[in-house]
Amino acid sequence: MAYKGPYKRPQMGRKGNCMEQQTLRKGTQLTVTLGGELDHHNAASLRQSIDALLQDKSITELVFDMKTVTFMDSSGIGLLLGRYRLMTERGGKLSIHGANRYVERMIKMAGLSPLLQKQAR
Amino acid sequence: MFQNEMHLSFSGLSQNESFARMAVAAFATQLNPTIEELTDIRTAVSEAVTNAIVHGYESHGGTVYMDCYIKDRMFEVIVRDEGRGIEDVALAMQPFYTSMPNLERSGMGFSVMQAFMDTLHVSSSPGKGTTVSMKKLIPAVSGDE
Repeated sequence: MAYKGPYKRPQMGRKGNCMEQQTLRKGTQLTVTLGGELDHHNAASLRQSIDALLQDKSITELVFDMKTVTFMDSSGIGLLLGRYRLMTERGGKLSIHGANRYVERMIKMAGLSPLLQKQAR
Repeated sequence: MFQNEMHLSFSGLSQNESFARMAVAAFATQLNPTIEELTDIRTAVSEAVTNAIVHGYESHGGTVYMDCYIKDRMFEVIVRDEGRGIEDVALAMQPFYTSMPNLERSGMGFSVMQAFMDTLHVSSSPGKGTTVSMKKLIPAVSGDE
């Protein structure tokens, strides 16, 4: 009989690798907590779901909590830049919390250092 | 001289971006790289493979080839596609240049490859495809043979 141990499958999307996402709305602030690997594959669906939430124009502060993001390439930068433009257009702001040193290095390369907040939320 | 090599071909689907990163990391691990060096290689390969999928094959699929070589402490990875190719390689390599601004591409792909690897060489023929070759020296640390 096949062993059915206590192992859990990683939370894989229907078509591929892991990217966890949670959102929390508090007043005019939307916090998006990301986890896993942020690459081109995952960025597309994330963009759609975040932009759907940002249809609500009363959101003026977008917070990315990235403390459990294990990998990010320039596709992740594209996602952050795009959301930064959206928030700037409406006079709002965007901040990035909890980035590990490798994610932070990419963010700094893109010139987005001013968005980095040291303490995780 | 110690030599080793690995050759992979896979469908140009975005699901395979993470597969390519895992495969290259697994092969490079035998050089006992630091986590930073391994992250550099994974990130550079992720950029090259994403370029092949998004720009080479314009997200319509095709085959991406990845060849890895180890010669002593030198690690080389070559990512190749047989897609549309690049008209002007020098322009494409300009920081923040993107031919697809509507897709929110950051235009940082080649800059990242350049920054994270020791050498980067790009050759391309419009209509025939693009080859990206990257090398990185992984210095021995005490305990390495």
